[in-house]
Amino acid sequence: MVCIEARGLRKRFGTAVALDGVDLRVEAGRILGLIGPNGAGKTTVLHALLGLVPVEGELEVLGHDPWAERDRLLADATFIADVAVLPRWMRVCQALDYVEGVHPRFERARAEALIDQSDIRRGSRVRELSKGMVTQLHLALVLAIDARLLVLDEPTLGLDILYRKQFYDTLLADFFERRRTIVVTTHQVEEIEDVLTDLAFLRRGRIVLDGTMDQIAARFAELEAGPGELAAARALGPIHERQLFGKGVLLFDGVERERLAVLGEVRTPSVADLFVAVMGRESAAAAGAAA
Amino acid sequence: MNALEAPDLLERPAPPEPIARRTRPFAWSLRRELWENRSVTWGPVAVAGLVLLGSLVPVARSASHFRETLDAVERHARVTLPFGMAPAPIMLACFLIGLFYALDALHGERRDRSYLFWKSLPVSDRTTVLAKAVVPMAVLPSIALLLSLTVFVLLLLFGTLVFAARGVGPALLWREVHWLQEPVIMAYGLAVHALWFAPIYAWLLLVSAWARRLPLLWAVLPPFALVALERVVADSARFGHWLGWRVTGAMQRAFAVDPGHLEGIDQLSPGRFLATPGLWGGLVLAALCLVAATRLRRRREPS
Repeated sequence: MVCIEARGLRKRFGTAVALDGVDLRVEAGRILGLIGPNGAGKTTVLHALLGLVPVEGELEVLGHDPWAERDRLLADATFIADVAVLPRWMRVCQALDYVEGVHPRFERARAEALIDQSDIRRGSRVRELSKGMVTQLHLALVLAIDARLLVLDEPTLGLDILYRKQFYDTLLADFFERRRTIVVTTHQVEEIEDVLTDLAFLRRGRIVLDGTMDQIAARFAELEAGPGELAAARALGPIHERQLFGKGVLLFDGVERERLAVLGEVRTPSVADLFVAVMGRESAAAAGAAA
Repeated sequence: MNALEAPDLLERPAPPEPIARRTRPFAWSLRRELWENRSVTWGPVAVAGLVLLGSLVPVARSASHFRETLDAVERHARVTLPFGMAPAPIMLACFLIGLFYALDALHGERRDRSYLFWKSLPVSDRTTVLAKAVVPMAVLPSIALLLSLTVFVLLLLFGTLVFAARGVGPALLWREVHWLQEPVIMAYGLAVHALWFAPIYAWLLLVSAWARRLPLLWAVLPPFALVALERVVADSARFGHWLGWRVTGAMQRAFAVDPGHLEGIDQLSPGRFLATPGLWGGLVLAALCLVAATRLRRRREPS
């Protein structure tokens, strides 16, 4: 079952092009990491998925046109926009009451259980909570909604490592309990790469790489080669090269691992390294096209 | 990269169909407005408390007017004055609180980015804007009425005690103060003003939805600029008069006498008020402003 189907999404803000033909397909029950540098259009994609901005192109989320049927979509989809959006005057108990009052699929007991795992007190106002606790509260509210799609936009921005770890642990525990689709953007790629099932790199409003983690693992390989093998390795056309303890680390796109294995140690690249390599290749291609 | 060790997600059993509870988005939207804007409830209560305190002395003194050699008209005026005056500051406070509330209602949620939270829940923009419009147009007038009645009753009880203590029969007080008609006049006065002021509140909500910053300036400047422009270009003051009429018109059309001499319900003129074109024009204007504010909230790009 398809959860998100997007074809040729375009969006301009004034003269700035935010989305320049985004194609994206996410099956139900996947966790997609949408990764890109600042200004790549990640937030715009998420806002389009949630019907917060109108976009050109074809877009269907859970069988709805998000812009035209936003109110209906939001019964099935929920999101954390970023860490700072919970109203500061609100008390924790008021947030529970309110969401229970307006959302048909909110399980209060579940939110209470998640809040009980933290140090958050019911009577506190959001402004009295630390940044990490606000995020915990928001996550508790959102996970207690039995939604089919969960969208997270930089959910752990500005949090320290303990809260970030806790956040993704909670998210993952929830994910294994119930079938839902998660789309997440973040800068902290290293922390979510173990969580993801799907990956999409966004650059200047376009998807430059996407696929399941299986597909990506099959396609890309990282070779650690000694000085002697370096020339032979370079001849195979790596898309990126860096130095590590005197050895060359080269990243290949679509080169069989058997051919690489004779030259050194071969492994699957981390998402962060892959990101740097792919972005570098795209920049070079863009510069080449411009010249 | 060990993400692929995750068990096959599609083989997990589907959870049971969720039970959709009944929700009341409008009632909860209204409630959260009152949570956020505590001045909407506590402001008028504080003013009513002050009015009550300030009226105790005049009411206590009114017992002595029955000992003085005053003619009936003068005595009536002096005895009823504190009762007649008490609602005015409460209603004025509710009016002013309503103005500031409306001006901030759709601006504040963008300023603190909390609209991204509100918009993440299945509450439509129409429901949100309507709830925000109902606060100044219906909730605050209702609070004003409730508080005015409370103050009125408490003053009447206090007066009764004072009159009895001074040996002037309380019946005299109850005969002078039109205790049955006064609540009707209050309710009527608040209702006509809620209707008459509706376009003012709706305009402020629209500015609040539109202005990126300084909504107060945007709400006030264009009308003033129009007044000035008209004076310079056409040497007339029609628009200025129209604005003044928007403020005072309800008083002039809904009451058959000067409000200072309001005595009984026979002086109310609801028929004349309802026949005033300005009332209906204003309500149409209010509706248009609210529709526009809803569209703006819907289409405003997150920034």
